[in-house]
Amino acid sequence: MNNDVILSIRNATKRFGPVLALNDISLDARRGEVLALLGDNGAGKSTLIKCISGVHRIDEGEITIDGVVTAIRSPADARAAGIETVYQDLALFDNLTPAQNFYAGRELAGPSWLPLGLRFLHSRQMDQETSRVLDRLKVILPRKDATVALMSGGQRQAVAVARASVFARKVVILDEPTAALGLRESRKVLDLVAQLRDEGNAVILITHNMEHVTELASRAVVLRQGRKVGEIIPSRTNQQELVSMIVGA
Amino acid sequence: MNNADPDLAAAHREPASVLSLWLSLLSVGPIAILLALIILLSMASPHFLTPRNISNILAQTAVISVVAMGQHLVILTRGIDLSVGSNLALATVTGALVYQATGSTILTILTMLMSGAAVGAINGIVYVFGRLPHPFVITLATLSIAKGTALELADGRAIPGMPEAIRFIGGDAVFGIPASFFVVAGVAALILVMAKTMVWGRWIYAVGGKPEAAVRMGIPTRGVLVSTYIISGLCAGIGAVLLAGRTDAGSPLFGNLLELDTIAAVIIGGASFLGGRGHIGHALVGAVMIGVIRNALNLLNVDIFFQLIAIGVVIVLAVEADVLRTYLEGRVRTLRAARLQ
Repeated sequence: MNNDVILSIRNATKRFGPVLALNDISLDARRGEVLALLGDNGAGKSTLIKCISGVHRIDEGEITIDGVVTAIRSPADARAAGIETVYQDLALFDNLTPAQNFYAGRELAGPSWLPLGLRFLHSRQMDQETSRVLDRLKVILPRKDATVALMSGGQRQAVAVARASVFARKVVILDEPTAALGLRESRKVLDLVAQLRDEGNAVILITHNMEHVTELASRAVVLRQGRKVGEIIPSRTNQQELVSMIVGA
Repeated sequence: MNNADPDLAAAHREPASVLSLWLSLLSVGPIAILLALIILLSMASPHFLTPRNISNILAQTAVISVVAMGQHLVILTRGIDLSVGSNLALATVTGALVYQATGSTILTILTMLMSGAAVGAINGIVYVFGRLPHPFVITLATLSIAKGTALELADGRAIPGMPEAIRFIGGDAVFGIPASFFVVAGVAALILVMAKTMVWGRWIYAVGGKPEAAVRMGIPTRGVLVSTYIISGLCAGIGAVLLAGRTDAGSPLFGNLLELDTIAAVIIGGASFLGGRGHIGHALVGAVMIGVIRNALNLLNVDIFFQLIAIGVVIVLAVEADVLRTYLEGRVRTLRAARLQ
């Protein structure tokens, strides 16, 4: 069982000036499992995932990946460690195609003796690989070579999740992936999340939707005011308990 | 949310394709307008489409074209470079002084290029590392500083005398084609290759498309920004070589309003002022369009003041086209989303 723990956070604490945003938080994310991260606004969910994805650094505590203590100082460190994040605002480039979005900041290019910026893009390889991934995840787009500016919210979300799935080797973090979507588009994205899980990633899902939590998550961690106030296995019967944990009533 | 009603879906399909048609029309708009302009003008004036006049237009457009290509890279990253005109003037003056002092052609050219790139580097470095909210202010400052320095160095006067090679590049023709045209073509080819096939070019589009996302995706945003200002400055330096060659002089009064001409060229050509969209062809089409309008109004004996008005009107039309494009894209997106619900 313990072998399945990929990402482990021990006693993480983060301060912003006098504000204690994270207070001694510990949690484990396991292979092939969706971990729901719940909490009201300002509970510390976003701070916690930003610490995991390298946007912030924790002040105290440690992050362990596959049993090795890892310092995550930048988004690049996090990605190098196999952690992919789908941000709430998606971080997609409207003016680029899905393939160009997939490989932004990690373009396939050569020859390797040139400085990185002057290498020539391997565009066809990136296009083919992207196309393959979109097909595998059954993401249907009007045109794969058009810019994402013309895509609907769900299609854009699907592209962002698919991008994470290409590079995630261990952990995928999704910050409210269905917040702005209609029912059908939400369904597609949830299917993608399930697929990421089935491919052996540890998925950390932030959401306010209790239906999604009971459907997908094997465990739920609840934060309130920067503290971890509970960890339970969500089911239809304890939804009420979860909600009261979140609001602290 | 509307459930999948087939009639409704059919009703949505129609406008989406009509909108797409409008979008494609907008994307070829500038070049179509340029062609229409050329056809109209060749009918209006028998002198317009003569080899001699075409060669003239190319020579007159060369400086704007080269500098507009640099400006275009800056605008791609959501920036603006107001200093290019003064930068060019300063480069011609430093070049002329170095030529007077050394008599060396190579040193003169290198001085102009380095002077241009140096001003560009100052723009980029102060903008990025001085954490300025927008490049407008720093390039406005260097506009003033470069102009003042050029006037001070040249004592307010033109400095005559340029080496033969520079005069050839700026003013002579090969088989009836101005030598400066080949410089423009060379720079265009180089920038095209860098922007479209190299990682650096992809980063420029990413930074212009969504700067915050570029940071999160690990793109070295600061370096990319600084590089575009350096290249814009370098292009001003190349423009300085062409203009000094054509006039056989360096002068602090060169390049007046060149910043506006180059910005206008980029916008008229069809690149987005909001960043992230456009290519080198837009800058070139825009520069040629400005050149053609000026040349034709001259041929037709239209008052020079009217040229300013004409170019201003074209700028407004081009910017409105950009706004319209953004609006239409939004409509297409909404319609597609509605169809999926």
